[in-house]
Amino acid sequence: MYRYDEFDARFVKERVAQFRYQVERRLSGELTEDEFKPLRLMNGLYLQLHAYMLRIAVPYGTLSARQLRMLAHIARKYDKGYGHFTTRQNIQFNWPKLVDVPDILEDLATVEMHALQTSGNCIRNVTADHFAGAAADEIEDPRPLAEIIRQWSTLHPEFAYLPRKFKIAVGGAEHDRAALKFHDVAIEIVKNAAGETGYRVYAGGGMGRTPYVGHVVGDFVAKSDILAFLEAVMRVYNQSGRRDNIYKARIKILVNSLGLEETRRQIEHEFAEIRASRTLEVPQEEIARITDYFAPPAFEALENPSPEFEAARNADANFCAWSDVNLATHRAPGYAIVTISLKPIGGVPGDASHEQLDALADLMDTFGLAEIRVSHEQNLVLPHVRKKDLPAIHARLAELGLATPNAGLVTDIIACPGLDYCDLANARSIPIAQRLSERFADLKRQRDIGELKIKISGCINACGHHHAGHIGILGVDKKGVEFYQLQLGGSGAEDASIGEILGPGFGEHEIVDAVERVVDTYLEKREGSERFLDTVRRVGLEPFKERAYAGWAYHI
Amino acid sequence: MRDGLTIYERSTREPDGNTRMSLIKNGIMAEDHFQSVADDEPMPVNGTIVSLARFHRDREEYLARNAPIGVRLKSDESPEALGEDVHRLSVVVLEFPKFRDGRAFSWARMLRTRLGFTGEIRAVGHFLYDQLAFMKRVGIDAFEVQGNITLEEYRRAQGEITDVYQPSADGRKTIRQLRLGRVAALRF
Repeated sequence: MYRYDEFDARFVKERVAQFRYQVERRLSGELTEDEFKPLRLMNGLYLQLHAYMLRIAVPYGTLSARQLRMLAHIARKYDKGYGHFTTRQNIQFNWPKLVDVPDILEDLATVEMHALQTSGNCIRNVTADHFAGAAADEIEDPRPLAEIIRQWSTLHPEFAYLPRKFKIAVGGAEHDRAALKFHDVAIEIVKNAAGETGYRVYAGGGMGRTPYVGHVVGDFVAKSDILAFLEAVMRVYNQSGRRDNIYKARIKILVNSLGLEETRRQIEHEFAEIRASRTLEVPQEEIARITDYFAPPAFEALENPSPEFEAARNADANFCAWSDVNLATHRAPGYAIVTISLKPIGGVPGDASHEQLDALADLMDTFGLAEIRVSHEQNLVLPHVRKKDLPAIHARLAELGLATPNAGLVTDIIACPGLDYCDLANARSIPIAQRLSERFADLKRQRDIGELKIKISGCINACGHHHAGHIGILGVDKKGVEFYQLQLGGSGAEDASIGEILGPGFGEHEIVDAVERVVDTYLEKREGSERFLDTVRRVGLEPFKERAYAGWAYHI
Repeated sequence: MRDGLTIYERSTREPDGNTRMSLIKNGIMAEDHFQSVADDEPMPVNGTIVSLARFHRDREEYLARNAPIGVRLKSDESPEALGEDVHRLSVVVLEFPKFRDGRAFSWARMLRTRLGFTGEIRAVGHFLYDQLAFMKRVGIDAFEVQGNITLEEYRRAQGEITDVYQPSADGRKTIRQLRLGRVAALRF
């Protein structure tokens, strides 16, 4: 893991003091709420429906046991005993008091954490593949680059008052687990024909009310040039992004209006100048220095297949099911990547209690696990687990209510906080997720359905990524009544696509039945081991539409 | 109230009730030697600042004046519109119509690093105490303040964060360079 040196430590401390002064000026009335707003947002502090919400950065989703314990402490001391993991690998607390926030930040600084740039119209916390450093299909760990970008973008003087927020993600594997093409900018680590590693850069992806899949703006950027390239993209955006309409202010709108060719030309123009100045060159030694922090643990030579693991699979049906569903292939023999589902049947997606956070930290210590990850799908991940330890780990997770065997299945639902918390929302998301989860609770049925990603947003801002859901659900408000629109065929993975709207919205009491009818249609239409997404792509929306609206008074 | 700073001492109203404009330049209070001239106003004798539109309209006449001259850019006007003429100017004024409009940060940096402008870059309009350090970093060296920011606060703002992570127009050593320096020092 990255560790702060004296420069990082002093910086974060000073940043806390700076924010404390801003809060004092707000409380004294010197700063108006209008003036305070962008300042607090740049430190992750929102004002929501009922209270402030503090969003804490988990850079590229990596946490230590010590940090996990600090999050538990914050949940206990300053909040109502739980935290909520978000689709950008952060954690948010929904009930802090404004006067406490500087103290929370000070506590966080003691474990090398902060809330920097988790909101506001600046470069946001950088996200990365949650299987980084562990996945078998990885070219290179994306986190060293994410850390290099984090440092460059931290309090960047030129890009703190952008037209709108700016999200960057980094991935380095064959499978895209970071929703790269739905980011303002994304970097994919690739190899060229000569076998050298470099970066493919995408820009202009995004969700919200105008979803776009990102375009390639840099085919193969050299490693040493990446910050110069990103700075070039930021310059083009800061100078030309629209500021007259917040719904048209993201870089996706600029890219779309300039056209890809002109966008690339403008970026190249800026890039050439910055590159020539060499001010942002990333020397090989710097890349190596940062990469060292992310060195994987020394993998033991383990028996593979693991006898303990196989024996437990034969003896315990629950363990067997969980290990079928929640494990991913690790690059080291005898190891596995574990997804800890934060989607218990009927639960709130992404929530974790302070007891669970503390207990997970203890479990990490017991099994010598240095890090835990937050996934953008609102789950946690243990990246490097000895397979022989899995039976004991599973037993402990089961005691904690953290062994739901549903990773990637229909009840592994992403949902935004929705109208239960958020003042932007038009409709509730969490209760819909809970009821869908209950409806599809039967594990046998879930496994028969297979991979199916349901994503729910309570408004057009799409924090629940509904555009990228195999089944996307969008909450809308029609004259004070909540309705839910279905979208089918979206994907946030390497085969990125935007879901298509099925038809008119369903009422709160109809939506779960409608989803079930859509899933039944898939089960009838699928061929062989075809996933839901592939069936939708093959047969189109029509059969789903017919079935979903069967019995409706009018024809669509 | 921290570090001896009293918020209420900052209000500097004239006896007539108007707010006094003052200029902080290079970290001290400075005389303003320039007069902002509207597009239809006659030119005074001394230093002047005109809009980009007037500069384009009266360019030759303006450049031929025997007094220091400046141009004021709106937040949607790039300094590249000044071309080589930028080097004939003593001051470029960047407008902040609303503190959230961050374009001037790019314009200032561009004036310094691309156009090589060495004259005064002055910020006017709506900006906050909390932006002063960023403004200085991108190359703004003069700040027109209306009693909302005192010199003491200006200095405080510049000292809030000691080190920086990225290069900008101020030529400061970045944390990465400082780390390298530390390693080099350890080797001796």
